[in-house]
Amino acid sequence: MTETFTSRKYLRDMSLPFCVGCGCITLINHFLRAVHELEYEDLSKFVFCSGIGCAGWIPSPYFKADSIHTPHGRSIPVATGVKLLRPDLNVVVFGGDGDIAGIGVGHLVHAARRNLGIMVVMVNNMIYGMTGGQVAPTTPIGIKTTTTPYGSFEQPLDVIRLVAAAGASYVARWTTAHDEQLKEALKKAIAIKGFAFVEVVSPCPTALGRRAGFKDVAEMFRWFRDNSVLLEEAEKMAVEELASKIVVGEYVDRKIPTFTETLFETIREAKKSAKKN
Amino acid sequence: MTRKVISGTHFWQGNKACAEAAIVSGCRFFAGYPITPATEIGEHLAYRLPQVDGIAVQMEDEIASLGAVIGASWTGAKAMTATSGPGFSLMQELIGYAFMTETPCVVVDVQRTGPSTGQATKCGQGDVMQARWGTHGDYASIALSPNSVQEMFDLTIRAFNLAETYRTPVVLLADELIAHMREQIISPQSDQITVTNRKKPKPTDKAFFNGDDVAPMPSVGEGYNVPITGSTHNEYGYRFTADRAVHRQLVENLVGKVRNNSEKIVDYETNDFNDCDVGIVSFGCTSRAVYETVDLAKKKDITVGFVRLKTIWPFPEETVRNIAKNTKVIIVPELNMREVFYEVERVVHGYVPVIPLNKIGGGEMITPEELLAKIVESVKKVD
Repeated sequence: MTETFTSRKYLRDMSLPFCVGCGCITLINHFLRAVHELEYEDLSKFVFCSGIGCAGWIPSPYFKADSIHTPHGRSIPVATGVKLLRPDLNVVVFGGDGDIAGIGVGHLVHAARRNLGIMVVMVNNMIYGMTGGQVAPTTPIGIKTTTTPYGSFEQPLDVIRLVAAAGASYVARWTTAHDEQLKEALKKAIAIKGFAFVEVVSPCPTALGRRAGFKDVAEMFRWFRDNSVLLEEAEKMAVEELASKIVVGEYVDRKIPTFTETLFETIREAKKSAKKN
Repeated sequence: MTRKVISGTHFWQGNKACAEAAIVSGCRFFAGYPITPATEIGEHLAYRLPQVDGIAVQMEDEIASLGAVIGASWTGAKAMTATSGPGFSLMQELIGYAFMTETPCVVVDVQRTGPSTGQATKCGQGDVMQARWGTHGDYASIALSPNSVQEMFDLTIRAFNLAETYRTPVVLLADELIAHMREQIISPQSDQITVTNRKKPKPTDKAFFNGDDVAPMPSVGEGYNVPITGSTHNEYGYRFTADRAVHRQLVENLVGKVRNNSEKIVDYETNDFNDCDVGIVSFGCTSRAVYETVDLAKKKDITVGFVRLKTIWPFPEETVRNIAKNTKVIIVPELNMREVFYEVERVVHGYVPVIPLNKIGGGEMITPEELLAKIVESVKKVD
């Protein structure tokens, strides 16, 4: 790795569509840096799938790569079809919390259960940003959104624990304030064979920050940093203490058979027995 | 049993004929979700596809099934799913995506009664308009309607060929009767079967969408760096969500590639309907009563001509107009509350009376006697 990193190498010559302060820009940098450090000269060994929402625009069409921009919530099924036919490619899904954990949560659980060898990066900004700030399945209780003008009254979903319980080889959560840890998690997720899920807690100053009372993106950034608790520490803390904390770290890192491994083994056996008959 | 074409004469179930025809067509990926009366297609392909280097998976629902099929198609594989009404409803979202992204794939809808769960095991023909207008926006559909086990085989092959030729989803609009029936079927030698493959791009090509003619289709992982999106896009795949001209051109091409080729796509069966008293326009299971009805009517000195739709979409307008010009009244029998009837009325445009004959519930067929009674009644009316 003699060459210095530049994200431009992997990006089309277009201006990105994200708001000032959006975490998606930070994530693009970290992801492409991870790609660079894994010594991929270009993105020809990658296929990107994304759905609807701001995070769906991360690869499509800005990455110099094949990208399939699907309807809302359907990136994981489409990625499944790609991966089964092309297990040699890195199939990476980008999506927001609404796309992945709202409308697409059924697909997420089943891809994790199968330990399908794709990587899902969920940008959790705790809000529906693109449609202008409606309550999401991840919005903390009490936050005022355009569809909860008196404050959200729903329990948010801990997506990480859901995915960890369903299956998956690798599950991690970091915020955009955790540069090095996030980049390392993305590297691991690219390299690992089974289902890899990285939740990136990410600032949306436009749709969430101003409603949640943050004066600017820097304050959101500081809140992420100061309010995050490492998983190992969180395990020693009381539930009440953790109520408003972001628990970050590696939740799962295990070697279990992947979907394509067991599928292709079954196909080999089927062909053998068919020939005998 | 690693053969790709099991040539010879067989006594097969309609769903099995469809599954075997998919393999013949080069289908190497199936994703589906169990649903009566289409399940046997997925079951048979789960058994057969691994033997011929294919993959069959059961997904978590019908949406995911078509999603996986679309992903597989973009790797260059021919891919299919099979379902019935409730699943077909769920698939409409991604059928629209397949239209918009020009993704070849085959969706088998084995019709049962509806709406909703209806009578899950009973035959119906209520999805005709859904096969045309099921997803939102502007597009043109192709839907084929088999009326025998042999046609479950033949039209499945045709469905794949049309999907590949026009880069579009194609619906095989079967029904419970045809799908569950067992009949003699002849599977030809492999050199007797025409299999069409999508046009691939040259290494220098950059325009993969929205062609005046059907654009060549790259696969992911081939180095073309193709952006694929359900948003309005230009010929290179780049999103254009504000430009009126780009959207118009895209949609006109999507509709045009089917509409302008409808003469090549349309297929039907007729008898000699010149100077007949009565014309019958039918399709699918219902059409099986028509042949006997023609004979029964002859004994009563009533001549009956018929058009049987093998493609429902695009609608065989010319032929239907033609039978109207050669008969005094048209009867449209179907197992629904009038769907093809309205299309026939539109095409015939008042030239002769069009009379519906509808039956729903319990999976009961329209019998030749019922059809004959309607013929006798209609002839009296127009005389």
